[in-house]
Amino acid sequence: MEAVRADLTLDLKGLLCPIPVVKMAQAIKTVPLAGIIEATATDPGVMADIPAWCRTTGHKLLSMERREKMITFVVQRVK
Amino acid sequence: MAVLTAPVLETAGEPTTANKATLVVLSGDMDKIFAAFTIATGAAASGMETTMFFTFWGLQAIRKQVRTGRSLFGRMLSFFLKDIDTLGPSKLNMGGMGRWMFKKMMKAHNVATLPELRRMAIDLGVRMLACQTSLEVMEFSREDLIDEAQEVVGVAALMELATQSKFTMFI
Repeated sequence: MEAVRADLTLDLKGLLCPIPVVKMAQAIKTVPLAGIIEATATDPGVMADIPAWCRTTGHKLLSMERREKMITFVVQRVK
Repeated sequence: MAVLTAPVLETAGEPTTANKATLVVLSGDMDKIFAAFTIATGAAASGMETTMFFTFWGLQAIRKQVRTGRSLFGRMLSFFLKDIDTLGPSKLNMGGMGRWMFKKMMKAHNVATLPELRRMAIDLGVRMLACQTSLEVMEFSREDLIDEAQEVVGVAALMELATQSKFTMFI
């Protein structure tokens, strides 16, 4: 996905469940509505957890991609 | 014994089911407390109003590292039951070796420690309640619990929360 301007970049590398989701929940409150967080993680669990977290919280997952061990995803604050 | 003030639960008159999660924590094993705090932080991070109710062995997870007990048995309990950082796994503890090993392994894999997880839960607004009866039986006072978990309730308060919750887990 082409670069979206992120309001916040979050380094979640090396962190395991439940920390990535906890950090996202804390971070999303710090960006304005429609604000964007771009995060990098290495825990393969986030491939399932971040989309699930977005569905339950209502925030929008704009993109998620995995290259080797590195997972990058972009979430937009909706509410 | 300190005077206990009646906690006022701010839940009266709410709809039958709210976006709430309730966890009853009976166990005092490292692994089960780990699961409890992982689920609680996950629920809170997912926007659920989350409550943990600690009873019996589970009280160790919200205890301060202090001496407790008045009777001989009460003081004995205090000797064996410590705080959250001294919990051993439910299997393979082998007199404390298991606890040591799991702590090493968790650190190697960069997993949050139990005190860290509990801190996270508190920061996410997870509400922590203690069981009145268990406190009495085990001879703990409210002040023996961490400051964030000094709300003491009974089963009726738990039932009220449980009926309002989307899920209630018993760990």
